[in-house]
Amino acid sequence: MIQFGSAHVIYIFEAARWTIVLSLIAFFGGAVLGLLLALARVSRLLILRALSAAYIQTIQGTPLLILLFLSYFGLSLLGYRLAPIVAAGLSLTLYVGAFLGEIWRGCIQAVPRTQWEASDCIGLNRFQQYAYVILPQAVRIATPPTVGFMVQVVKNTSLASVIGFVELTRAGQIVNNSTFQPLVVFLLVAAIYFAICYPLSVASRVLERKFNVAR
Amino acid sequence: MSRDDQQTLAGTRPAPTGAPDTAVIKVRDVEKLFGQLKVLDGVSLDVMAGQMVAIIGRSGSGKSTLLRCMNGLEDIQGGDITICGHNVGRGKSNRADLRRDVGMVFQSYNLFPHLTVERNITLALTLVKKKSKAEARQRAEQVLAQVGLAEKIDAYPEQLSGGQQQRVAIARSLALSPQVMLFDEVTSALDPELTVEVLRVMEDLARGGMTMVLVTHEMAFAQRVADQVVFMHKGKVWESGPTKELFAAPKTAEFAQFIGTGL
Repeated sequence: MIQFGSAHVIYIFEAARWTIVLSLIAFFGGAVLGLLLALARVSRLLILRALSAAYIQTIQGTPLLILLFLSYFGLSLLGYRLAPIVAAGLSLTLYVGAFLGEIWRGCIQAVPRTQWEASDCIGLNRFQQYAYVILPQAVRIATPPTVGFMVQVVKNTSLASVIGFVELTRAGQIVNNSTFQPLVVFLLVAAIYFAICYPLSVASRVLERKFNVAR
Repeated sequence: MSRDDQQTLAGTRPAPTGAPDTAVIKVRDVEKLFGQLKVLDGVSLDVMAGQMVAIIGRSGSGKSTLLRCMNGLEDIQGGDITICGHNVGRGKSNRADLRRDVGMVFQSYNLFPHLTVERNITLALTLVKKKSKAEARQRAEQVLAQVGLAEKIDAYPEQLSGGQQQRVAIARSLALSPQVMLFDEVTSALDPELTVEVLRVMEDLARGGMTMVLVTHEMAFAQRVADQVVFMHKGKVWESGPTKELFAAPKTAEFAQFIGTGL
């Protein structure tokens, strides 16, 4: 048995960087996909609405773990060998996109219909209506649920450990396997997750307050 | 849309509507259905340039729907609507041209809550009319002065009273220099005191020669200011004509009863 020491702590902290990187990929990839999906869900074109709804239903009904298995092991059978970071990033993007798409659809639809009418009556085209009237209001509504979901995503990146990607959780497992100090190791891991997620919650509250003051 | 209309739209603006005896709005046999329910049943009316026409009637008589149809917010199932030379109602073609000439004010103001009063007004000026920021700001100041709210230019809608918000909404519409303005029960959400300030603005506009159609429950105001009154009942124009004549001698029992109840 090896004594738990500073080298282990450093190792865990370094792995935590990957948790952050993976979270950022998930968020930005998911945000782009989510916005497209949300707009498709409220589109005037039936085909776009149907396709986006089907995608969201499918992904929301699939465990993230299975998405990870599919993109890492499944795709490799088809000859696409993705690096763990790529497979994890891809799975999380698909997953986060579906959820944000649905959350944001709700937020867009929560903007009163009369805002569409008023902006229509002053001659704005559909793009201008979205860009200047609808989305800015939807963003305010969307902030709390989006940040709340992001906190979930940060924690869900731990699932990437099952495809051999060494992020925070996997690093904790590795250290524990050699030191047999689960309490210390996993408390440290938990504390680091908290340290990543807590500022998000705080930021959300600050943003909410700022929006409320601004209007 | 007919060939003639398209030519008008493609070329210069439609003939100036300032000329008297020109119907700026022509509504012909309009039918509107919400599912099985016929809310407009063969409605026809003309609005001449510079006139103020008040549409009155009970709730559910179809008056707001008629106004919304005039502006293409609802499509119609039968008949024909022409406003400032634009054919409205079936299909949504040439909305941009329609919007340039027709302004609309709503019962619930519908200001953009996340934008200042200035930006509420300048948004369409800069985006649609391609005015510079400075020009747009100047225009905003001008129309705000017109509705008596020059000092509120940097406020957010939420910081204003209902009456002030409604005056800003009128200013927002006015800033685009429409030829016709439609008012949809614009004082219904306001208490009497605030109603007065909004009505005053509208009266000023009428005096300035703006062509206006308003759906209203303010009978005293309609009687005093409107040139023509249209009484709607059961989705039809039940009675209409010059205000004084109409109120002096109601022809139908329904209208007599309506004004008799003091609504």
